Order: sequence, then structure tokens, then C-alpha cells
Amino acid sequence: MNAILLMLLGLGGMFLGYVFYSRFVAEKIYRLDPDFRTPAHEFEDGVDFVPTNKYVLWGHHFTSVAGAAPIIGPAIAVIWGWVPAFLWVVFGTIFFAGVHDAGAIWASNRNRARSIGALTGDVVGKRSQSLFMIVIFLVLLMVNAVFATAIATLLINFPSSVVPVWGAIFVALIIGQIIFRKWLNLGTVSVLGVIALYALIIAGPSVPITLPESVFGVSDNASWILILFFYAAIASLLPVWVLLQPRDYINGLQLFIGLILLYGAVLISGPELVAPAFNTNTPEGTPSMIPLLFVTIACGAISGFHGLVASGTTSKQLDKETDARFVGYFGAVGEGSLSLATIIAVTAGFATLADWQAVYHSFGQGGVTAFVSGGARILQDGVGLNVDIAETLLTVMAVLFAGTTMDTGLRLQRYIFQEWGGIYNINWMTKAAPATLLAVSSCLLLAFGAGGADGSGGLAIWPLFGTTNQLLAGLTLLVITTMLVKLNRPMYVTLLPLLFLLVMTIFALLIQLRGFYEIGNWFLFTLDLLVLIAAVWIALEATATLARLRQQNKTLQATSNED
Amino acid sequence: MKIRAILRFLSRANQLAQDYYNAPYRAAVARAQREQEDLFMLYVYAELMGIPNPASYYTLELQPLLLEQFHDWHLRMGMEHSPFDEFRCC
Repeated sequence: MNAILLMLLGLGGMFLGYVFYSRFVAEKIYRLDPDFRTPAHEFEDGVDFVPTNKYVLWGHHFTSVAGAAPIIGPAIAVIWGWVPAFLWVVFGTIFFAGVHDAGAIWASNRNRARSIGALTGDVVGKRSQSLFMIVIFLVLLMVNAVFATAIATLLINFPSSVVPVWGAIFVALIIGQIIFRKWLNLGTVSVLGVIALYALIIAGPSVPITLPESVFGVSDNASWILILFFYAAIASLLPVWVLLQPRDYINGLQLFIGLILLYGAVLISGPELVAPAFNTNTPEGTPSMIPLLFVTIACGAISGFHGLVASGTTSKQLDKETDARFVGYFGAVGEGSLSLATIIAVTAGFATLADWQAVYHSFGQGGVTAFVSGGARILQDGVGLNVDIAETLLTVMAVLFAGTTMDTGLRLQRYIFQEWGGIYNINWMTKAAPATLLAVSSCLLLAFGAGGADGSGGLAIWPLFGTTNQLLAGLTLLVITTMLVKLNRPMYVTLLPLLFLLVMTIFALLIQLRGFYEIGNWFLFTLDLLVLIAAVWIALEATATLARLRQQNKTLQATSNED
Repeated sequence: MKIRAILRFLSRANQLAQDYYNAPYRAAVARAQREQEDLFMLYVYAELMGIPNPASYYTLELQPLLLEQFHDWHLRMGMEHSPFDEFRCC
């Protein structure tokens, strides 16, 4: 099949989902009201609560939720063939992610823009709220470990990207200063920043940098992971405007440019998909597609992380309640389109089926490396970019995303440690530096504990990360469903995805548990067990809450009938 | 006429870019700024609390200027009324 057809089908499907299904959900289920006084107006303070233009809000929501995860997930999951990954991304976006993201904004908007975590406490119960904190901590822990491993692999596989990747940090530092001191206006700075970044990307292939294979017995992979965490620790301690803010901004611009280039190249060159539609000849050790597909692709189909962004910052800036449909649902569509681009890159970016099979020789292979090399080939054929430069460009795009997420993730994890320090009266833990040290060491423990001393196996926890992310989405869906039941509205729109997610995640956890037991990886076995307990707990909470509400509704009806 | 339209478009684009740059971090930056201002407040009113202030000759002049923010400050610091006996607020 031709990639153009796949692209049109996918983008068309998601767009139709936005036009029809999201309207149905917004009007009939959430009943978004244009006259509702949103928290952004009610509590407007110029700091947290600021009514914001819906396109700007969409841009910032989309770029905050899009990261390396919607690239890594599909790039691993195509091992089962492109049809399952494609279907899950498209239908997941339409029926799961869009409803979830828009719903999270709506739920938060109707509750004074409180975060989903706090809402869980109010709407579902205190027990669920503590559960929420645990799941968030696990997600952050895994995301940092996984992304550090992914970046290290990319830097080793594409030495040409080392200079632009680290150079981008200096570009961001300089841009931050220029904007902060108001030396130039933002438009000019953006253009200069993008030019500087692309100059670095073009220069990259002529100055490739590789680390020595072993320094004091530490492998190059492990050295990169240590360097990355050292960087992330410092970056997470800096004020946000120094590095994180300009970096995020450049990443956002880069994301749009990258997506346009990639889709444009597909349209021009029209490559054929070389990967099989359904891979009947999966390599040995590949787990069963159901349920693993649904946890391998989390971001891009449905991801709990979006709920945190939606209820954390987005809902505080919503100008009109009806904007939730565009910002939330279309934000999910944006992320789905990034995953779709990945699927095309990793299935159509190879010359022959044998080449593809050589990359996907066992489960967990492929990943971002396949995205970079496949995407680079499409860019070369489509827009005539030199293949080295194209590879560097895509690597930089993926690494910058993952790097910013690590920076933010470590910062959030530090806050959690500081909060715990406050709750349990551990004075030293409330300080920034020791809390960061704790966060970094827990991540390093996971990165090396999961994959051995050379840190090469960190991606082994990828499906586990997806599972935990789905559980977070499940908790958010539970909050939305509970609100809908309380309002006496149809709940199947969120209840069915919730049930599906719970069944698939618990099923996947059990399969992985057996896998870890068989290879004797007790570290991951314990981690899996922890997540499993959380999953079962969520399932029980959901059942109990819904049963209680049904009982209440029945009693209410009975009393009103008596009247 | 055309040039004016282009300029208007550019300034609008710049405005949107500015929003896009600032929206996600507005809260964090404002909070950091407020923290520094709170510390400065403490410095300016230090002597009233019995903390010796070597620069009081200068900070005394600032007190009336910062008076407008005084109410918000003591509320934020968790004090319902002014902490100073000789310096009432609300």
C-alpha cells in the first residue's frame, strides 16, 4: 500500500472524528456552555488564571503533551505489522484520547480549575487521591529512566547529532537572555533561533562525536546516561525562564517544522509501505499483540499524562468553556498525527522487507532509531535533503523532546520529594538540592536496575511505562464518569474506554509479570507487581464508586416517585 | 497601504508568539518574582520587627512606596493583620 493513502485515511479519520464525534460529545455529553463563567475569568489574576486565545492555548497544550513518547511507542509497536498500530492510533485518538483530554479540561473547568489529582479526592474519594500520587510518581520515575536510555541510544547511533543536541541548549540559553532582557522582539528572535538551530544541524555531520567505548569500565551508553542525568539535575534546578522556557519554545517551532517537512516529504515521494500489514512472522520472544499493543502505544492513542496538563495549566486559561472541544480534542488529534507520521516513517522508510526485518529482529527493537533512519530516507526522497542531515534533524527533534520532558519530569519529582519532606517532617528533604539528588538517584536506580550495568536495557520498562500511563488515564476517566453519573447524563462515552483500559492494562501486567519471573528479573518483577496492585485497586475503586452512585440514584428516584 | 497591512500582520504574529512563549510559564515566573519581592519587603520592614538593618537609612524612604503592597504581603505571609504594633494596616 502507498503511504499517501495511509496518511490520508489516518488524518481524514481523525479529522472526521473531530468534526462529528467531538461535537456530539461536547454538545450532548459534556454540554459545554458558551455562557459558563470559566475560572480564567472568575479568578483572573494575571498569574495562574488568564483567559487565553484558543489557538494559542491549543498550541501550548499540544506542544506540552507531544513529546518523544508518541514517537517511541508506535515505533516499537509496528513489530505486529502496521495495521494494528494504525488502527489503535486512529481509533484511540477518536474515541479515547480526544474524549479523555477534552473531558479532563471540562471536569477541571467545572471545579474551579482544580487539578485531576485534587478532583479525584473530591469526586471519588480520599483513598483514590493517595493512589493518584503513587501512580504519578511511578510514571515520572519511568519516564526519566526510559527517555535517558532512548537519548543515549540515539547519541551513540547518530554521532552527528551530538553537537546540535548540546548546541541547542546554548542556543536556548542565549535566546532566553535576549527575550528576558527585551533586546529584540520575539518574532526576530524566533527566526534567529531556528536559523541557529538548523545551522548546527547542518554542521553536525561534519563534526561527529563519539564517546570512548569504555571509561573506567563504564560503557559509552552508561556514560551518556550519567551525563544526561547530571545535565537534567542542573537544568531542573535553574529558574524556568533561563533554559526550560526558551527550550520549550524552540521545540514547539521545531515540532511544527518537522511535522510539515515529514508529511510534505511523504506527499511528494509517496513511498510504499514495506512492512507487513499483519506480521505473522514475529521474532521469537515477541509477546502477544493483545493486550501488549494497547500499552506499548500510550501517547498517541490515549495517555494519562495529558490529563495532568489539561487540568493543571490549560483549564486555568480557558477563555470560553466551548474552547475545551478545540483545545482538548484537537490537541489529541495533533498528537495522533505525530504518531501517524512515526508509523509511516518506520514502515515506509525502508527499502525492502528484509531491511525492515533486520531492524525489527526482536521485541523492543526499532524504536526512535528506526524512526530516525526511516524518516530520514523519506525526507531524502521527498524534499531532497542529504540523508546525514535528515538523520541529524530527526534525532535532534526526538532528543530535544525527550530532554525537555526529563527536565520537567525531574523538576516535578523533586517537588514530590519536597512535599513528602514537608508532610513527614524530614527537614533536609524539603530543600531543593537534596530532593533533586534523591530524584536523580531513584531514576538512575531504575535505568541501571532494569537493564544491567551498561544501562542498555532501560527500554525494557517501556511497556510498563505505557501501562502506568494508561492507569493514570483510567483514573481521569473515572473522575469524568463519576461526574457524568452525578449529573444523570449518559456515561458510556467514558465508561467503555475506562473498562477497556482497565482490562487491557491488568491483562498486560499479568503477562509481563510472568515474563519477568521467567527471565528472573526481580527488580522489574517487583515494579510490575506494584503497578498491578495499583491497577487492581483502581478497578475496585471504580466498581465501588459506580455501585454507590447507582444506589444513590435509585434511592433518589424512589423518593421522588413516592412524592 | 500594503506595507501597513504587512506591518500589522507582523505585529499580530509577534503578539501571538509572545502569548505562546509566555502562557505556559507565566505562573512560575510570576511566583518567582513575588518570592523575591516578599524577601525585599521583609528587608525594608526588618527594623520594625527588631531585626537590625544596616541599610535602614535608605529602606526607610522606601516604606511609604511599598505601603500599597503591604496588605497583600502580610496576608500572604499568613498574618491576618499587620504584625507590627506601631504600624497598623487593616
